[in-house]
Amino acid sequence: MASAPSAEVLSKLTPVLTKRWLSPEAWKIDVYEQLDGYAALRKAVEYHPDEIIAFMKESGHRGRGGAGFPVGMKWAFIPQNDGKPHYLVVNADEGEPGTCKDLPLMMNDPHSLIEGIIIACYAVRAERAYVYVRGEAVHAARRLRNAVEEARAKGYLGRNVLGRGFDLDVVIHSGAGAYICGEETALLDSLEGFRGQPRLRPPFPATHGLYASPTVINNVGSIASVPHIVLGGADWWKSLGSENAAGTMIYSLSGRVKNPGQYECGMGITLNELLELAGGMADGHNLRFWTPGGSSTPMLTAEHADVPLDFDSIAKAGSILGTTAMMIFSDQDCPVYASYRWIVFYAHESCGKCTPCREGNYWMTRVYRRILSGRGTHEDLDTLLDACDNLLGRSFCGLGDGATSCVTSSLKYFKQDYLDYIEGRRKPLLNAADLVGAH
Amino acid sequence: MAYSEELREQARQIMARYPEGRQRSALLPMLHLVQSHDGYVTPEGIALCAEMIGITKAQVAAVSTFYTMYKREPTGDFLVSVCTNTMCDVMGGQRVYDTLKEYLGVDHDETTADGKITLEHAECLAACDYAPVMTVNYEFYDRVTPDSALGTVEALQ
Ligand SMILES: NC(=O)C1=CN([C@@H]2O[C@H](COP(=O)(O)OP(=O)(O)OC[C@H]3O[C@@H](n4cnc5c(N)ncnc54)[C@H](O)[C@@H]3O)[C@@H](O)[C@H]2O)C=CC1
Ligand SMILES: Cc1cc2nc3c(=O)[nH]c(=O)nc-3n(C[C@H](O)[C@H](O)[C@H](O)COP(=O)(O)O)c2cc1C
Ligand code: SF4
Ligand code: FES
Repeated sequence: MASAPSAEVLSKLTPVLTKRWLSPEAWKIDVYEQLDGYAALRKAVEYHPDEIIAFMKESGHRGRGGAGFPVGMKWAFIPQNDGKPHYLVVNADEGEPGTCKDLPLMMNDPHSLIEGIIIACYAVRAERAYVYVRGEAVHAARRLRNAVEEARAKGYLGRNVLGRGFDLDVVIHSGAGAYICGEETALLDSLEGFRGQPRLRPPFPATHGLYASPTVINNVGSIASVPHIVLGGADWWKSLGSENAAGTMIYSLSGRVKNPGQYECGMGITLNELLELAGGMADGHNLRFWTPGGSSTPMLTAEHADVPLDFDSIAKAGSILGTTAMMIFSDQDCPVYASYRWIVFYAHESCGKCTPCREGNYWMTRVYRRILSGRGTHEDLDTLLDACDNLLGRSFCGLGDGATSCVTSSLKYFKQDYLDYIEGRRKPLLNAADLVGAH
Repeated sequence: MAYSEELREQARQIMARYPEGRQRSALLPMLHLVQSHDGYVTPEGIALCAEMIGITKAQVAAVSTFYTMYKREPTGDFLVSVCTNTMCDVMGGQRVYDTLKEYLGVDHDETTADGKITLEHAECLAACDYAPVMTVNYEFYDRVTPDSALGTVEALQ
């Protein structure tokens, strides 16, 4: 049933990063400037770079790319006075299934990202920044390039930024369709003109990043938040979120809801509240399973709809906050099939560097196909869990770890669904010869 | 395929975006450039990138084959990509794909006989709130249905 959200829940909508999305043409620099644009930069350059880093630490701001690493701490890792060039790389490769917050941000408010980049570069003393945009997002790259040109024309970029004696150049760099290039070290290899395969960490990019120089890599949302935090203050940012999770977050709702889209709220809102904001479940659908942060985060069930959506609470509930990509599935959707389709994705996107991931995902797609075509055995369930054991913690990068999430969580909550296929109570979804979605 | 001085100049401009001695960083954008000129990554395009950056053709080819967006065969005038990752699939993307596949008579990564349309499955395109999603030459179409997708494709023909 569609119903208007209650006043109490409506008041939880907290547009900060999304505030300008509704203003017409806010992507133009003149409009942006009228809406407080570049005021944070003018304020920031009044302080010493070290003070900006300390301020970001104090704000409790954490990375929005999925792992939630403290932003100020990452900036503080950059060695100063080391004689090496420093770089800022913005991760705009957004590829995690379910995740769809960075592209609309770059389309609607590109200058907030550019302004955040300038402040971040000022703080860590970087003279060059790259934005690595996923290749398919041609529209977003175009809009960012345009924003860079506008900012350059106004003296926010280029030589002697705002007459403050520092230079900054921002380059928009398009990828070419590889999910793994969102992993920060694979991204660096790709940006250096190689196949995008992860590097061993440590050393972390903070000391050995782009061209083996100190490099900050942050997600689009992490950096676009910076001007808001600088203007509003550390205490304000903390007050918007919950303990250990400062600020607002863009929650992306997709799937079986009335009004899918981006809902920005303070950290710690619950799925039930978000569903209310989104007009409820779609007609004829009842919530059955969902992801809190994209396909790499273990799925949860209707029982978890009141868990606060912040890092610690979601971890306690057995999942990961990730990219706050809430994919909502109903009683008409099959968790076995959903997991299968994600594993097809991971198998396709595995870079092939390490055996557990390259082989494990390949075998899991076969096992899923067998189960979904009605020829599965009880042993297959053990095979899946075995494969996950070999992946989790044994893969070279987070892609392999992430792949296990849907398998183990769907087996934990929905084993009966698997058994129904295996024991013939459920009509096969796949034709044995069918290679649905495989490529 | 001969490349104009203009295209070479564009390539030089791309290379100039990267620090001195780091011109290899220009490889992905340059591959996009030669692909947009030739329709796919041709041996000539590979040779041009190799020559300008100063690496071997084998090194360029090894990179180009890693990335999904670089095509190894001639592509149609229109590249139609249908997202069939889980969310789009559940919301009807697989049906959209199957409908187009039947109508065009081509499957994943194949091009119609008249050279007009190449069809492909895509993985999540970061627009899941608009699922199911389709792109034509990377222009996004939101909440497509089998019918609306057919209409779009017919209009291309
Ligand atoms: N946004 C998207 O499209 C996607 C996001 N993800 C997310 O990515 C996450 C995994 O990413 P990872 O980078 O592997 O996470 P991670 O936890 O290993 O690292 C997070 C960040 O902290 C930095 N860091 C951690 N320890 C450090 C240290 N001791 N010194 C210096 N820097 C340090 C890393 O360099 C990195 O920038 C997952 O939680 C997943 O949710 C995964 C896939 C796609
Ligand atoms: C397979 C894989 C893909 C990733 N893709 C992205 C991505 O598209 N965007 C992103 O910001 N982070 C992505 N990450 C996380 C990055 O490695 C890194 O943690 C993040 O960019 C750091 O930024 P933050 O601290 O601002 O969150 C990915 C991680 C893995 C393991
Ligand atoms: S886990 Fe997968 S994606 Fe990561 S390095 Fe290994 S093969 Fe590559
Ligand atoms: S699943 Fe299709 S756009 Fe994300």
